[in-house]
Amino acid sequence: MSGVDVTAVAKNYGATKVLTDITQNFESGTFTSLLGPSGSGKTTLLRIIAGFVAPDEGAVRIAGADVTGVPVHARNIGMVFQSYALFPHMSVAANVGFGLGRRGIRGKAAKAQVDEALEMVRLPGFGGRYPRQLSGGQQQRVALARAIVIRPDVLLLDEPLSALDRRLRQEMQVELLRIQRESGLTTIFVTHDQEEALTLSDKVAILDRGRIVQMGRPAEVYERPRTRFAAEFLGDANFLTGKVRGSAVEIAGATIMTEDRLPAEGATVTLAVRPEKIAIRPAETARSGAVENSLPATVSSVIYTGTALTYMLRSGDLHLKVFAQNSDGSPLAAGSAVVLSWSARHSVMVEG
Amino acid sequence: MPPEASAAGLPATRRRMPSWLATAALLLPSYAWLTLAVLLPLAAMFAFSFLHATPLGNKPVVWTLEQYRAFYDQPYLLGVAWASLSIGLWTTGICAVVGFAAALALVRATAGRARETLLILVLLPFWTNGLVRVFSWTMVIREGGFLDVFVRWFWPSAPSLGFLYTTPAIVLGLVHGYLPYMVLTCYIALLSVDEAVIEAAQSLGARWWTVLFKILVPLAAPGLVTGAILIFVPVIGAFMEPRILGGRVGVTMGTVIEDQFTQAFNWPLGSALAFTMLAVVLAVFATFSGVLRRSATT
Repeated sequence: MSGVDVTAVAKNYGATKVLTDITQNFESGTFTSLLGPSGSGKTTLLRIIAGFVAPDEGAVRIAGADVTGVPVHARNIGMVFQSYALFPHMSVAANVGFGLGRRGIRGKAAKAQVDEALEMVRLPGFGGRYPRQLSGGQQQRVALARAIVIRPDVLLLDEPLSALDRRLRQEMQVELLRIQRESGLTTIFVTHDQEEALTLSDKVAILDRGRIVQMGRPAEVYERPRTRFAAEFLGDANFLTGKVRGSAVEIAGATIMTEDRLPAEGATVTLAVRPEKIAIRPAETARSGAVENSLPATVSSVIYTGTALTYMLRSGDLHLKVFAQNSDGSPLAAGSAVVLSWSARHSVMVEG
Repeated sequence: MPPEASAAGLPATRRRMPSWLATAALLLPSYAWLTLAVLLPLAAMFAFSFLHATPLGNKPVVWTLEQYRAFYDQPYLLGVAWASLSIGLWTTGICAVVGFAAALALVRATAGRARETLLILVLLPFWTNGLVRVFSWTMVIREGGFLDVFVRWFWPSAPSLGFLYTTPAIVLGLVHGYLPYMVLTCYIALLSVDEAVIEAAQSLGARWWTVLFKILVPLAAPGLVTGAILIFVPVIGAFMEPRILGGRVGVTMGTVIEDQFTQAFNWPLGSALAFTMLAVVLAVFATFSGVLRRSATT
């Protein structure tokens, strides 16, 4: 039973509550992203697992052993930092071999493992170079090799790709995923980049003001956000607030269907609808009754980005956003009357 | 309209002063002053070092190389040189250990105003008159001085701990005066060490002494070397601390050279000894310039 268990962890800095009652299991061999805006506590949680920060309350278990009081150097973790944090005065081989040396592995055995690790990050033969002779992407690969060569119980990644430019970042995402799959390491990845989190992770945990508001598979969290914050932070969403009427919700005079279990008659609820789930048609060609929900609206503006179109619309007092494919090359003009439609299962009831 | 055209063109051409001229104009004042105030006297001293005797009164001017044979002719100078060297090494070594520790504490354990205040306290010896600083130590470490008074508060029958007029006393005075150099150079070197580098080492299993000797000391090496040069060079030529705190044991190259100028009136020998030391100092620089250049490129 390896993996990481965090139990009832809390951390305050003075009167500021950074983390509140975090209880979470990070399953062995999975890739979990901690996703949240700055100040949400994601980095603090990672640093508590690493041992750089002591929690005020709660316990941390790594690979089944309670490490709450264990100093960083005795935890057997691999960590990759945003700034790479390579040792500038050591060669690449010495950098990668540093952790092995601390474990008493030296000489031939160490060299073999260093070579293997450099092979894994696709930098074979780079052992003799110095960090300053490498590009940013190469430095981050070395940092990754240095962290995995010691066969850590958990691999902790603190926004490791955010210092790279976009193209390199996408390339490194693919590499990171491949290396994680090959090594089978339990990985916890801190990021504020939602796309990165969705692409890489087995599980995504969304943090808001020191709490994990939702954790699950990327598709699950994206398609069924539990709170307004989760829906907003991961992707885009339209929020429709109204009162429960029978088995539907009455919003601005329209009746919106959802498949979620609704509270009692008259209660106020908020539904989230992803902009790409909504179909947009000119009012005159719209067929009624094909899908559960339809809403008349007026286009207020169109953002043209080539492959896709973003429509900003109004329907009564409601402001809506719709993503559409640019399939026929003639976007609807501002002021056009349209009908928006989507199926009931895409109206997701959220808290807050 | 040619006149107007040339008038408009004039400022443009005047602005285009050759860059070498601007550089020369900016450098000239300081180089002229250096030539006048340092290089000329130094050249005169260098010339003196090849004379047989101080050219005063109506003594004839005799050119000779004999002054540079002083270490051969007067073997006691070798002992003096060794004393200077060992005082220099002890002072530099103690400054390195104490100064590095202080710089590390300033960088790692303090922040904001507390750090500024502590840094200013480190610099205090710079702001006190050297003579006052050295004499105040005689009050502390002489027999029956403040040190003895303090110890006898706790242990009335304690033997005297006074060590005035010993080599350790000289080293103490020199460490006091020159420590700030080492603290400052190490402080600057350590400031540039990324916190994440230390954390990375810890995450890989490094305990504090591994972090210290495998990460911090190598990364701060340029600061240590710069500080060591800034201290070692003036310390081997120092004469005030050896005179006041060393008494009879305080015979160093610095005091011997000073004696040649002020007591023995043998300027040629004094100059020759001074230039021999300058050669040693330049050799020290040459040895370490490689280290410094390497650090400048990282």
